[in-house]
Amino acid sequence: MIDLQGVWRTYPMGEGVVHALRDVSLSIAAGEHVALIGPSGSGKSTLLHILGCLDRPTQGRYCFEGREVGSLPDGERSLLRRNRIGFVFQFFHLLPRLTAQGNVELPMLFGGIARDERRERATRALASVGLLPRADHRPDQLSGGERQRAAIARAVVMNPAVLLADEPTGNLDRASAQEVMGVLEAMNRQGLTLVVVTHDPVLAGHAQRVVHLTDGALSGPPEVLASTVEA
Amino acid sequence: MALLDLLGFAIGALRGHRLRTALSVAGVAIGIASVLTLTALGEGARRYIVDEFAALGSNLVIILPGKVETTGGVPFGGVTHDLTLEDHSALARLGRLRRTAPIVVATETLRFQDLGRSVPVLGTTAEYLEIRRLNLASGSFLPPGDPDRAGTEIVLGTRAAQELFRGENPLGQMVRVGPARFHVVGVLAPRGPSVLGFDLDEAAFVPVKTAMRLFNRTSLFRIVAEVRIFADMDQAKSEALALLKERHRAEDVTVYTQDAMVSSFSAILGALTLTLAGIASVSLVVAGVGIMNVMLVSVTERRAEIGLLKALGAADPQILLAFLAEATILAALGGLLGLAVGASGVRLLGLIYPDFPAAIPPWAVGASLTLSFLVGVGFGVWPARRATRLDPVAALARR
Repeated sequence: MIDLQGVWRTYPMGEGVVHALRDVSLSIAAGEHVALIGPSGSGKSTLLHILGCLDRPTQGRYCFEGREVGSLPDGERSLLRRNRIGFVFQFFHLLPRLTAQGNVELPMLFGGIARDERRERATRALASVGLLPRADHRPDQLSGGERQRAAIARAVVMNPAVLLADEPTGNLDRASAQEVMGVLEAMNRQGLTLVVVTHDPVLAGHAQRVVHLTDGALSGPPEVLASTVEA
Repeated sequence: MALLDLLGFAIGALRGHRLRTALSVAGVAIGIASVLTLTALGEGARRYIVDEFAALGSNLVIILPGKVETTGGVPFGGVTHDLTLEDHSALARLGRLRRTAPIVVATETLRFQDLGRSVPVLGTTAEYLEIRRLNLASGSFLPPGDPDRAGTEIVLGTRAAQELFRGENPLGQMVRVGPARFHVVGVLAPRGPSVLGFDLDEAAFVPVKTAMRLFNRTSLFRIVAEVRIFADMDQAKSEALALLKERHRAEDVTVYTQDAMVSSFSAILGALTLTLAGIASVSLVVAGVGIMNVMLVSVTERRAEIGLLKALGAADPQILLAFLAEATILAALGGLLGLAVGASGVRLLGLIYPDFPAAIPPWAVGASLTLSFLVGVGFGVWPARRATRLDPVAALARR
């Protein structure tokens, strides 16, 4: 479903350039659960942004569901983000003035979905993350775990093909983190492709596949690298 | 994205910053209210003048002796003939004129017993009452009939009567003007001062022939005539001019119509009103800059929100519209509030000065609401465009 080939992302920095991603080639099949791990500054987030059509590769091809999307016009990429891609962020990014329900309705608001259907679908999404009783609470009345579950409900309410999570538990205590991961994995079991950026090895352990990034380049898992060095 | 949803989203965002919203709404409201109030004042002044003329009779033709022209050059040329009672009689026979009244005027001292009061004394005929649309408080006006009859009737303006008779009934009393004696036949109803500088409440009216003799005049001060049909104004004017030209064998009178004066006054005051509105709209521009400032702060403050909206799939035009809607709502609310404040201000003015017909003209209501809308859109575009140009990655990176 996701196919990156020779993707580079460089930023001009003063006189020279910074290579955030170097020649990354990666395929993710539908329904997979992939963890992207690597130290800070290794390019995990940049990769996630490119996968989420928030950023464009400087060089290389990005095919999403069989379509080259790296060079699509902004309008079509917005549509793609709206309908096919869900985001979950470390800092939740819930709008403080809206209730959990209102936040979950937000993507449908911009999707032009009618009010009644918005309400119904948001209710269902909130139920699926076990947050229905807290639907009328604003983010400042929710715990961290509840906020992240509301954010997950928002990310899946448009029935995306893939859910991209950037350190979804990075700001949570262990109990909340487990709760949130439980929700994400349950969705993955129902067929949602899941890409999780983390530097928590425990979290990465839940994934079917772990992709390591170092200095913007894919690397094998440490033991693989180690064995290469030994050989 | 449906319009209602867009508005709902924008209103939600504005409610998140009540104080800031209230202040920018107030800014626009002040601008709109001042535009409306000043326009109402200008319009009031215009209507005041126009009403004043209408009270004098708007279908009047006024004939003055003498011609506005350059004299000299030709020896003994440019002789001005008197405007006489015979001229008046000839004019009175013109079909297009319904009524004509000759006028002579002088300031004389009116005496009753030992009281004296200096007032303008008008010599005229019975027609004057109708032409100037005067009302009587008591008695009758000058008797109708031949203008050449030198009667001794006098009609007093309301204040002249009050001052001279101090509560006594003036009807039938004798008053003296110089050596002549008159008997009071009527008192006019109060009229109020005229902007044209002539206070009929102070005046006294006597038959024209008597007045000419008394003031030792051979020429009339002017002749006022009422046109039968308003549309015939210009023709009546040229007929009167032609008649007098023939009688005097020279064009030595000036004929003007009340109508022309009203329209020129009206035009001048209309321009004044526009000027006032223009000055007041400066405050609207200031309010617009205020909206722009608030929206820029809002865009900077809500970077994360904008980034999020982009990540959720809001297209750039939608984000532009959402922020533009906020600015427009601010301006429109300000416009409505300004309309309410302006209207009540003008009403208050009406209560304090009941005689001044200050009123907000309908065009000003439409114009100011349109203007406030344009201010919102105009000053909202730039901040909204900044919002759409935000890089979502950078916008989301910050908390």
